[in-house]
Amino acid sequence: MNDDSPTPPAERRLRLDDGWSYAPAPEGTDHLRVDSSYGLFIDGAFRASSSGETFSTINPATEEPLAEVALAGVEDVDAAVRAARRAYETVWAPMAPADRGKYLYRIARVLQERARELAVLETLDGGKPIRESKSVDVPLAAAHFFYYAGWADKLDFAFPGRSAHSLGVAAQVIPWNFPLLMAAWKLAPALACGNTVVLKPAETTPLTALKLAEIVRDAGLPEGVVNIVTGAGETGAALVQHEDVDKVAFTGSTEVGRQIQRSVAGTSKRYTLELGGKAANLVFEDAAIDQAVEGIVNGIFFNQGHVCCAGSRLFVQESVADELLHKLKDRMRTLRVGSPLDKNTDIGAINSKAQLETIRDYLDVGEGEGAEIFQPACELPATGYWCPPTLLEGVSQSSRVVQEEIFGPVLAVQTFRTVDEAIKKANNTPYGLSGGVWSDKGAKAFRVTSQVRAGVLWANTYNKFDPTAPFGGYKESGVGREGGLHGLAPYLELTAPGAPAGTLS
Amino acid sequence: MTVSDRPAAPPSPPIDEVGVNDRVARFTSRSIKKEAKVEALRLALSMVDLTTLEGADTEGKVVQLCNKAKAPHAVLPDLPRVAAVCVYPTLVHVARAELEGTGIHIASVATGFPAGQVPLEAKLTDTRTAVEAGADEIDMVISRGDFLAGRYDAVAEEIRTVKEACGDAHLKVILETGELGSLDAVRRASDIALYAGGDFIKTSTGKVQPAATLPVTLVMLEAIRDFYFATGLKAGMKPAGGISKSKLALQYLVMVKETLGSDWLHPDLFRFGASSLANDLLMQLTKQATGIYPSPDDFSLD
Amino acid sequence: MTDVLKPETSAATEAADPSGPTETRLGIRKTYKLYVGGAFPRTESGRYDPLMLADGEVVNVSRASRKDVREAVVKARAAQGGWAHRSAYNRAQILYRIAEMLEGRRRQFEEELASIEPESDARAEVSATIDAIVYWAGWCDKFQQTFSAVNPVASSHFNFSVLEPTGVVTVVAPQRAGLFGLVQSATPAVVTGNSVLALASAESPLSAITLGEVLESSDVPPGVFNFLTGRRDELLAPLASHRDVNAIVYCGNDVEEIRVVQTEATANLKRVALRSDPLPGTFDPYWMLDTCEVKTTWHPIGT
Repeated sequence: MNDDSPTPPAERRLRLDDGWSYAPAPEGTDHLRVDSSYGLFIDGAFRASSSGETFSTINPATEEPLAEVALAGVEDVDAAVRAARRAYETVWAPMAPADRGKYLYRIARVLQERARELAVLETLDGGKPIRESKSVDVPLAAAHFFYYAGWADKLDFAFPGRSAHSLGVAAQVIPWNFPLLMAAWKLAPALACGNTVVLKPAETTPLTALKLAEIVRDAGLPEGVVNIVTGAGETGAALVQHEDVDKVAFTGSTEVGRQIQRSVAGTSKRYTLELGGKAANLVFEDAAIDQAVEGIVNGIFFNQGHVCCAGSRLFVQESVADELLHKLKDRMRTLRVGSPLDKNTDIGAINSKAQLETIRDYLDVGEGEGAEIFQPACELPATGYWCPPTLLEGVSQSSRVVQEEIFGPVLAVQTFRTVDEAIKKANNTPYGLSGGVWSDKGAKAFRVTSQVRAGVLWANTYNKFDPTAPFGGYKESGVGREGGLHGLAPYLELTAPGAPAGTLS
Repeated sequence: MTVSDRPAAPPSPPIDEVGVNDRVARFTSRSIKKEAKVEALRLALSMVDLTTLEGADTEGKVVQLCNKAKAPHAVLPDLPRVAAVCVYPTLVHVARAELEGTGIHIASVATGFPAGQVPLEAKLTDTRTAVEAGADEIDMVISRGDFLAGRYDAVAEEIRTVKEACGDAHLKVILETGELGSLDAVRRASDIALYAGGDFIKTSTGKVQPAATLPVTLVMLEAIRDFYFATGLKAGMKPAGGISKSKLALQYLVMVKETLGSDWLHPDLFRFGASSLANDLLMQLTKQATGIYPSPDDFSLD
Repeated sequence: MTDVLKPETSAATEAADPSGPTETRLGIRKTYKLYVGGAFPRTESGRYDPLMLADGEVVNVSRASRKDVREAVVKARAAQGGWAHRSAYNRAQILYRIAEMLEGRRRQFEEELASIEPESDARAEVSATIDAIVYWAGWCDKFQQTFSAVNPVASSHFNFSVLEPTGVVTVVAPQRAGLFGLVQSATPAVVTGNSVLALASAESPLSAITLGEVLESSDVPPGVFNFLTGRRDELLAPLASHRDVNAIVYCGNDVEEIRVVQTEATANLKRVALRSDPLPGTFDPYWMLDTCEVKTTWHPIGT
C-alpha cells in the first residue's frame, strides 16, 4: 500500500521485466506428421519433379531442416497447367455451382478439424508465434473457404445487371508471411467462381500448402482442380508466363509485381497483385492512448512485422508524443521474443536468414541516417533468426527507413501538428495499401480515413482481417481486391444477363 | 504526501471498449504452467480479502471465516496467509479478537454499503465505528447517484471527507462499476477516487452484476499507472465479485504484471475481493503438489 | 414569347429563316488549340498536323508533345481532389449541365463533325453524345449505392467498402466517332471523381477542342477534363508511363499499342482498362469501376 512518499519523477518506472514470470509453455508437436520429403501435387497426386531436384525447408527458429521439397521446373509447371486445364474443361466448369460450393465447405470443415496440426506446422515452417497461427492464420483460412463456398451458386447476384462466368486456369503465387492463409485467399474465390488453379507457395514456407493439398485430395476434389507446385522465383515465373494461364494472382513484393505486370503485357491474361506497403498509423491527441499503443503494437509487431499492411510509419501528434512513446516503450518491454512454439511468445523468428539480413541492413541504414534506435532488453535464442521489436526515432520523411518497406518488426516514428499535415505525410509514399487512424472524435476519424489514399483503413484498431472484408492496395501497393464481394470480380468475366462468356466488350 | 496535497484530477482520457477487449484477449491467452503456476497460485492466495457480507452474518460465521484465514488448509504446509478478512462494521470486533497478532488485516465495508444511499453523517459514523472497532482498512462506496448526475466534485469531496474519517486506516474506494455504464465512466470515477485520496480503488460491492471484469480492471489499472506517473504515488487495485476460479485469478495477475509491473504483484497493492476463490486456489495448489485432481469436499467451506 | 423555344436543328428551319447568314461574307476560321486546365493553350512544341476538311479547308491540328502531357497531368492532379470532394448531387448537376449546353450548340458540333464524317452520322453522333452525358450524369449519385458494400465481419466492427476515384486517368479515346467516343471513354471516370486527360481521336480531333469550349462555359471545374490532340505513336508511352497518373483507359484493338500501354503502365503499377470502340446506345456501368479503388474501412462498435 502506498506509503505516502511519492517517487521522484525521474524514478517513476514500472518494473516490467522482473519478478514473477511465465514458465516455458511449448505447444506439443507429437500429433503432427511431417514427412521427410514432399512431392509436387499435380492432377490429384503427389509426384517428384521431372528433374528430380529438391530443396530443403528449414525451421527458422532452430535452423534445422524440416523436409525436402520437390523443385518444380518448366515441365512440371506445364504438366500442372495442363492438368488444371483438363479439369476445368471436363469437370469443374461444367459442375453444378452448388456442388463446387459443397467441396469448398468440406475443405473449410477439414481445416477446422485439423486446425491444431496446421497451426503447429505453420509455426515450425515459418517462425510465427503459435498464438497467432492458432488464433489468426488457421481460423481465418477456414473462414475464407467457408465464406466463398456459399458464393459458388450465387454469383449472378454479386454483380447487378450481369451474368458471371469463370475464366479458366488461375496461376497463383503466394508469399511466405501467411502461407496457409494466403493459399486460402487465393484458392477459395478462384474455385468458387469455377476456375481451376495452379498455386505456388513460397520456397521458405511450402509445407502447409502441401498439407492443404492433402486436404483437397481427402475432400474428394476432382483431380487437377487444385495443383500445387513448389519452388522459388523461377518456378513462379514459369507459372505466370505459361501461355495457357487465363488469370494471374500474385502476392509479394512490389518489384516482383511490377515484373509480373510487365510479363503479362500484350497477353489477354488478367491479373491481381497484392504488393508492398508502408502504412501510416496516425495517432491524434484526442485518441484513447492506451488502446492506440496496443494498436501500434498489433500494427507493427504482429507476425514479426512480416505483413504487407503493417503500420510501419507511426505519426503521433506532438502534444501527446511523449506520453505515447513512453507507454509504447513500456508495452514493448512486455513483448516476449523467442521460441515460436511457446504459447506465450509474442514475436517469433524472422522467416529466413535473408530476411534477417535485409532487416539488419535497414537498421544500419537508419542508424546512418541519424535514427535513434530503441529495443527493449531481451534474451534471444542462440540459434535461429531473431530481431527484437524496434523503434526508430528521429527519422524524417526523407529517410530510407521511412520510405522503404522493411518487412520486419521495425517502426519508424515521426510527429505532426495538424490533421492536414498528418494526411499529407500519410499519403507521401508510392504505396497505398493500408492505414490507421486513432481519434476519439468520430467526425475526424471518418474525415481522415476517407482522405488517406489506401485500400484498407483501420480506425481505432489495426490489422483486423475478415473473409467478408475486401483487401487490396491503391497506387503501387497492388491492383484488385481479395476478400468479400469485391474479391470475386478478379475471377469472373461478366456479360450481359444470360449472354455467353466472351460477348461483352 | 497528505490527501490535501494531491493535485486536482486531470481530465480523464477516452477509453475505447473494443480496444480494451482486444488487449484483455492477449492477457487471457497467456499460458501459465508448472512452477510459474504454483508461484502465481500462492501469490493469489496471499492477495485474497476473505469476505463475508451477508445480512445473515453472525459472530459465529465471522469466527469460522477468521479460522479459515489463519489456517486455510492444514494438509499443505507453508501456505501464505490471506491478506485480510472483510466484514460489516458491526462484526469488526469479532474479527479483531480472532486475528490479534496474525498480521492479517481487518477490512470493513462502510459508508452505507452497498448502495451508499444514506446521509453523509451516517457514512462518517459508519466509517468511524468500523475504525474504532479495529478495522485497518475501510472499503467505502462512492455515491453513484452523484456521479451519474454529473456531480463529480461532490463525489470527490465525499471521498476526501471519508478519508479523513479513516485516520490511519487505508481507504479502498468502491466504484461499483456495474452501475457506471461505460469504461469512460470507470476511468473518470477511478481518477476522481485516486486524486481524492483513495489508497485502493475497487471495482464492486459484489451485490451488483456485473461485478469485477477483466476489461474494467484493466481500465482501472491504467488509471493507477497514470496516477503513479503523475504523482509518484502507488495506489492499489482490488477487483471484487465474480472471481471464484484460479484460472481467472491468474489472468488478473498476468494483467497486473504486464500493465503495472512486479511492484504491484504484492498484497499491499493488489487484492482479490472474493469468498470462494481461496478454496479453488487451494484445490489447484493441491493438484500441483500431488498430481491428482482433488474434490471440493477435501477443503473446508469456511 | 411565341417562338423562343423553336428548335433550330433542322435544315428546313434554317432555310426558312430570312435573317440567315449571307453567302458573301468572309468567314472567320477557328484555331484549334489544346484544352488543358480550363484554358486553351497552344502546344508548347509549336507543332501541328494539317487536317483537310470535306470542303477543302485545311485545319492545323495541334500536335501535343510529352511536355504537354506533363503540364496537363499537373492541371488534372490539381483539379482532382476538389472534384472528388464535391457532392455526388453537384457532380451530377454539372454533368447534366454539359448535356444542356451541348444540346444548345449541337448544330456547331454537327457541322464540325460533318466536315470530317458523313452528315447523317454526325447528327446521330451528337444525339448519342448528349444522351450519353445524361446517362452518365445520372450515375453520379448512384454508383456508390450500387457497387459498395457493408461487410458483416465477425468482430465488433462496422466494416464497409466504398468506391473512391483512383485519381488522375489518362484516356486514349477511340479513333472512330471523335465526339461520342471521347465522351464515352472519358465521362465514366469523371462520374466517380477522377480527373481525365484524354488524347482525342487523330481522325476526328476537332470536336474535342470544341467540347472544351462547352465545358469551359459550363460549370465543370478547370482541369477535370483535359483534351490533347496529337499522335498516338508519340503520346501513348508518356500517357501510360507517367508516374503521377493512376490509370489509363485505352480504346482500340491495336495489339502493338496495347502492349506499349501495358508495358509502360508498369512504371507505377497503373490500372489499365482496355476497351473496344464504343457503340452508340451501349453503356457499361462497370466502366466506372475500371478507374475506382475499393476502400475498406473498419470502425469499432463499442462504448
